[in-house]
Amino acid sequence: MSDTKHDANGLSFQPPSDVDVEKRKFLIQATVATSAVGVAAVAVPFVGSMLPSERAKAAGAPVEVDISKIEPGSMMTAEWRGQPVWIIHRTDEMIAKLDAHNSQLSDPNLDVPQQPEYCKNKDRAINAKYAVMLGTCTHLGCSPNANFVETADWDGGFVCPCHGSKFDLSGRVFKGSPAPTNLVVPPHQYLTETTLLIGEDKKAEA
Amino acid sequence: MKNLWLGLLLLPALAWANEAAITVKAPVDLSNHDSLQRGAKVFVNYCLNCHSANYMRYNRLQDIGLSEKQIKDNLLFAGEKVGDTMQVAIDPVEAKKWFGATPPDLSVEVRARGADWLYAYLRGFYKDDTRPTGWNNTVYDKVAMPHVLYELQGVQELNHETQALELVKPGKLSPSEYNAMVGDLTNFMAFMAEPAKQSRQMIGIFVLLFLGVMLVLVKKIKAEYWKDIK
Amino acid sequence: MAEKKVSTASNALAGVVDWVDARFPLTSNIKNHLTEYYAPKNFNFWYFFGSLALLVLVMQIVTGIFLTMHYKPDAQEAFASVEYIMRDVFGGNIIRYMHSTGASMFFVVVYMHMFRGLIYGSYRTPRELIWLFGVGIFLVLMGEAFFGYLLPWGQMSYWGAQVIVNLFSTIPFIGPDLSEWLRGDYLVSDATLNRFFAFHVIALPLVLLGLVAVHLIALHEVGSNNPDGVEIKALKDKKTGIPLDGIPFHPYYSVKDLVGVVVFLMVFAAIVFFAPEMGGYFLEANNFVPADPLKTPAHIAPVWYFTPYYSILRAVPPIGISQFPGVVAMGLSVVVFAFLPWLDRSPVKSIRYRGALYKRWLTAFIVSFLILGYLGTVPADVWGQFGAWMGKADRATVVARVCMAVYFLFFALMPWYTKRDKTKPVPERVTY
Repeated sequence: MSDTKHDANGLSFQPPSDVDVEKRKFLIQATVATSAVGVAAVAVPFVGSMLPSERAKAAGAPVEVDISKIEPGSMMTAEWRGQPVWIIHRTDEMIAKLDAHNSQLSDPNLDVPQQPEYCKNKDRAINAKYAVMLGTCTHLGCSPNANFVETADWDGGFVCPCHGSKFDLSGRVFKGSPAPTNLVVPPHQYLTETTLLIGEDKKAEA
Repeated sequence: MKNLWLGLLLLPALAWANEAAITVKAPVDLSNHDSLQRGAKVFVNYCLNCHSANYMRYNRLQDIGLSEKQIKDNLLFAGEKVGDTMQVAIDPVEAKKWFGATPPDLSVEVRARGADWLYAYLRGFYKDDTRPTGWNNTVYDKVAMPHVLYELQGVQELNHETQALELVKPGKLSPSEYNAMVGDLTNFMAFMAEPAKQSRQMIGIFVLLFLGVMLVLVKKIKAEYWKDIK
Repeated sequence: MAEKKVSTASNALAGVVDWVDARFPLTSNIKNHLTEYYAPKNFNFWYFFGSLALLVLVMQIVTGIFLTMHYKPDAQEAFASVEYIMRDVFGGNIIRYMHSTGASMFFVVVYMHMFRGLIYGSYRTPRELIWLFGVGIFLVLMGEAFFGYLLPWGQMSYWGAQVIVNLFSTIPFIGPDLSEWLRGDYLVSDATLNRFFAFHVIALPLVLLGLVAVHLIALHEVGSNNPDGVEIKALKDKKTGIPLDGIPFHPYYSVKDLVGVVVFLMVFAAIVFFAPEMGGYFLEANNFVPADPLKTPAHIAPVWYFTPYYSILRAVPPIGISQFPGVVAMGLSVVVFAFLPWLDRSPVKSIRYRGALYKRWLTAFIVSFLILGYLGTVPADVWGQFGAWMGKADRATVVARVCMAVYFLFFALMPWYTKRDKTKPVPERVTY
C-alpha cells in the first residue's frame, strides 16, 4: 500500500497549475479533427445505403422500345423507372402545325432545360417523327390524357385530368396552365431506325 | 489468470480440429481474374441449367474484369439484361420430380459448405448402380445430383478396399485439366458467395491504419492529462 | 479584434446555456455525470468494459436501424433480403457485419464487465441495485440476441428458435400451450418470425435502454467501486467535500476510455473486415442455407455466448420423460447471478484482499464456465465414451455434470467459504 503516491496533505485532487494549456489544446484539436474524418468515413456506408440499390438500378436500367409498330398519328406508352414514357408518332401535318401556336405557349423556345441538349430544337426530338417525353405532369405529377382530335382552337396534345394543364404534341405547356414547365424529355437514343433506348443518351456511353 | 486466457485462445483451435474431414485444398484465389472468368463460364454453361444463383447479378462480374459487353456477348442468354440475377429456367416443381430434390440455389453455397468441400465434391462422383441416377459421391453420400461433368471427367469407380477413386473411362479432359477446371469453378463460386469480400478487406486495411493514427493521438492525450494524477 | 469576436461568441453560447438551464438541468447534469462525477483514480483494464458496452449498444442501434430499412420480416423473403443487403445495398455488407459482429462483441464486453464486478465485489453494498439492473440488462440482452438470431432465417436461425421455444413446452401443464402461443403456429413459421422481429427491433431495445439508464443513474448515485473495493466517499476533503481519491470523470476518464474505445474498435474492425464469420463462431456456415422446416442440420449448437447454459441444459438427466429439470437448471444458472449481493459474506470486496479459499472457488468457477462453454459448441460424444465401468457414458457429459456442480456450488457455498476465508487488511486509501 504505497501511500507515498497520494497527496500527503490530505487534500482532494486539484489540477496542477503548471499545465501546458497550449499542448492540450493542440492535442484536443488534432483528435477532434481526426475523429471528424473518421465519423465522416463511417457515415459513407450508412448514408450510401439509402441510395437506390443495385436491384433498383437494375429495375431502372434503360429500356429498349420497338417503335416500328406505332401508327402515324398515334402513340405508345413505355415504362422506364416506373414512369410512363410516351412515344408519339407525329404525322407531317402534326409537325407542321407545331409552330403555329407558339404564341400561346409558356416556353416555346425551350429555355428551361426540361430536355437534353440534343432535343433543344424546333421539333423537340432527335427524329422529328417521334416525340419522346415523360407522361408526368410538371404541376403535381398526374398523368395527362392524350387528345389528338383537332378542333378550331386545338391542334392536338395532352390535357391533365387533375388541374387542366394543357400540353402540345411536343410536350410544351400552354399559357394559363397550372403546370410551370414543359414535360420532361428523358435521355434517349436510337439504336436502329426503329429501336429506341430510353434512359441513356449517346454521350453517357462514350 | 494467464493460463485462463491461454485456454480461451485454444478453444477455437480445438473446435476446428473436429471438422477436418475434407483433405483437398481448393485453389481459391480471388485476385486471379483469369481463373474466375473461366469459372464463371463453366458455371453459366453447366450449373446454371438446373441451379439458380438468385442473389448474384450478372453485372457484378465486372468485379472480375469482364466488361458489360463481354458479359452480354458471352454469358447471357437471349432476353436477359446485365442487371438481372442469375435465374434458372427449370421449374423447381419439375426439378423436384426429376431429381427427388429441388436443386438448391448456389449463390452462397461456398459459405454454407466451404470451398474445400465443394472442390472435393466436384471431383468425388463415382459410378454406383444402386443409385437412381447411377452416380454417388464420396463427400455427399446418396447425392440426388447426377454427374453433370462426366463427359469431361470420365467415369470413376470407388475401390471399396482402398476407398480410392479410380478412373475407369477417361473423359474429354485429362485428370489434371479436369481438376484445374473444377478448381476455376470452385474459385468462381467462392467469389460469388461474397463478391464484396476483396473490396471489404481493402477498406479494412485503411480503417485499421486510420485507427492506428487515432490510437497514437488518444494515447498522447491520455498521457498528457494523466500527468496531473499522482 | 479577434479576441473580441471570441468573447462575443462565448458570451452568446453562455446566453444559450443560461436560457436552457432555466428550463432544463443541463449544466447540473453535465456536472453530476461528467465534470464533477468523482471516480476512483485507480481504475484498471477491467474498467474499460462499461463504457465499451455503451458504445456497442449505440452501434447496434444505429446499424440495426439501417438494416431495418432493407430487411423483410417475412418467411418467404427474409433470407433473400439479408443477401440483398449483403450484395445490392451500398455499404450493406459492412453494416450487416457490424451488426452481426456487434452481437457477439456485446457479449464479450458484457462478460468482461460482469467478471470485473465479480472479482472486485462491485455487487456488494451499496451497489446491489446496480448489480440487479445489470443482471436485468444481461437477461434482456440474451432475449435480444435470441430473437435477432431468427431473423436471417437460415437453418441455424430456424432450428435454434425451434429448440429454444420447445424448451418452454417442457414446463408442466401449461408448457405445450405456452410454446404454441409463443410461436403463433404449430412450428416456427412466418408468424414467429414476424413477432420475433417486433421484439427484436422495438420491444426489447426499449426495455434495454431503460435498464441501461437506471443502471447508470444508480451508479452515479452511489459512486463507482474500484479494484481495491475501498469506498472513496469515506474520506473526503474537509473543505470541498470531494473524495480524496476521486478524480473528475471528465476529462480524466473520458480521455482514458477513449484509448480503450480505439483499441476496441481496432479489434472490432479487424473482425468485421477480415474475419466476420470468426471461424463459424460469429456467423455459422449452416446459416447460409435457407431455413427448411423439413430438414434439421446434423449438428445444431447455439451461438457461443449461450453455450455454457446450453451445456447445463444437456447435462441434467431427464426425470422420466420430462426435460424440465434441465430447463430449470439452465434458467437458474443465469438467474443465480442476481443473488450474489446476498450470498457473499466476506468482510472485503476486492479479490486483492480475499484469501486463498475464495480465489480457488472463483478459479474453479471460471474454468467450469469455460469448459461448459466449449462443450456446448460440440456434440456430446466429442470425447468418446467411458468403459463399461462407467456404463459407457459420454465422457463430455460426465465432465459437463462435474462442471455444472462446481458452477452451482460456487454460488451455493459462497456464504460459507467467504465468511470462513482469511482476508487481508484493506487499506484506507486506494492503491495502484
